[in-house]
Amino acid sequence: MSNNSKVFLGPLAKNNPITVQILGICSCLAVTAQLKPAVVMALSVTVVVALSNLIISLMRNTIPPRIRIIVQLVVVSALVILVNQVLMAYVYDVSKQLSVYVGLIITNCIVMGRLEAFAMNHKPWESMLDGIGNGLGYGVVLVILGAFRELFGSGSLWGVPVMEKLGMYKIGYENNGLVIMAPMALILVGVIIWIQRSKDKELQEQ
Amino acid sequence: MKNFSNKYIFIYSAVLVAVVAVLLSVVAMGLKDKQQANVRNEKMQSLLAAINVDCERDQAPALYKQYFVTELTVNTDGQVVSEYSIADDQMKNGDVRAFDINLKTEQTKEKNGAKGSFPIYCFVKDGKQGIVIPTRGNGLWGPVYSNIALGDDLNTVVGVTFSHESETPGLGAEITTEKFMAPFIGKQILDADGKVVSIAVKKHADPAGLHEVDAISGGTMTSNGVSAMLADDLARYQAFFDSRRTLAAQAADTSSATDPECNLVEEEVSNE
Repeated sequence: MSNNSKVFLGPLAKNNPITVQILGICSCLAVTAQLKPAVVMALSVTVVVALSNLIISLMRNTIPPRIRIIVQLVVVSALVILVNQVLMAYVYDVSKQLSVYVGLIITNCIVMGRLEAFAMNHKPWESMLDGIGNGLGYGVVLVILGAFRELFGSGSLWGVPVMEKLGMYKIGYENNGLVIMAPMALILVGVIIWIQRSKDKELQEQ
Repeated sequence: MKNFSNKYIFIYSAVLVAVVAVLLSVVAMGLKDKQQANVRNEKMQSLLAAINVDCERDQAPALYKQYFVTELTVNTDGQVVSEYSIADDQMKNGDVRAFDINLKTEQTKEKNGAKGSFPIYCFVKDGKQGIVIPTRGNGLWGPVYSNIALGDDLNTVVGVTFSHESETPGLGAEITTEKFMAPFIGKQILDADGKVVSIAVKKHADPAGLHEVDAISGGTMTSNGVSAMLADDLARYQAFFDSRRTLAAQAADTSSATDPECNLVEEEVSNE
């Protein structure tokens, strides 16, 4: 595998930000009660990580090490505010649902984590790929959680009442309220980590 | 690692911050109109929902113009502070449009002993007139809102919507469901003497009771919040309701044209 594709594909599985790096758990619990906000959050984070990685990487030789965290923060916050403004103008419903979580992208450990670990000492193109890869890796987990929680918690997928259409309620099926609550998301993340590690021996700690 | 002088660090951070500030202000100003339009359309959508007109957010402004006639603001003494004609798109009286009133600000004013002004939206639907009163209160985790539509007797609820910011899904958040809202229809907010008694949200409510509806099991705190919100906010209109009644009673000989504020009263007057 070439270096670039490794940088890009790594975070999707072997180096997944949520299940392996254990970053960004907070927002992952918060926005996955339904599929739609999960997807929007995943896309917003991908955009922010990719762009902030790119920008910081371009600036990396000019940034004085002593104030690098502040510089990173300024860049990330600026991008997050931009994303928030655009969401508010063009997809208002979604921005309302995400409300405070958009602001929380700033504190999403993935963003700062990738900036410190990668963008500060890699070339721009690579850094951007790393950002997109990490954003998508985060997104994959979010989508899995969102789909599961919406289907079993509210009986719908992307707002479509699947369970009702299948006639599940008529045969005594009921939505599980616990799935909507944050603790269940944490349990599900645990299950995903478990499945991934039992399949991929490399990830198992000795 | 390169060494940077203090001077470089200062200049670097100053330039960075300045660039970011300019960029953000430009974007914020560019998108402002669109964002505000979204918020306004949503408010219209929710007012329309209170009178049982469901629509997409984009259609809300047109339908709002179709169904709503006048926006009034009244103070707690029942005086009409301002009037805005929706069809003519202009202020008839006063200078603050009811639609632009921030309920939270007015409630705080009132709490601090100053005079707040509160909005009323007059509508005509299927040839019948009525008003919508917006309310705002506290749920368990954050604010809860509602729009109550009253029929032309200014007493009977003909429609209602609830919304919230952060109530628990599956429990308190159930206030937005049809199951919770439907029982409100046909309830009354005034007692026989015309005093605002509101509608209580409580356990084991009597379905035949005019002033109570069933609470949400597991959502007691939110239900209590809704109950308190309705009681507090509707009571602010007590003087307005009284004044309308007196007007209606006196109106036998006075021309209805002397009361341009809300078509509603003209109609009531001719009925008396």
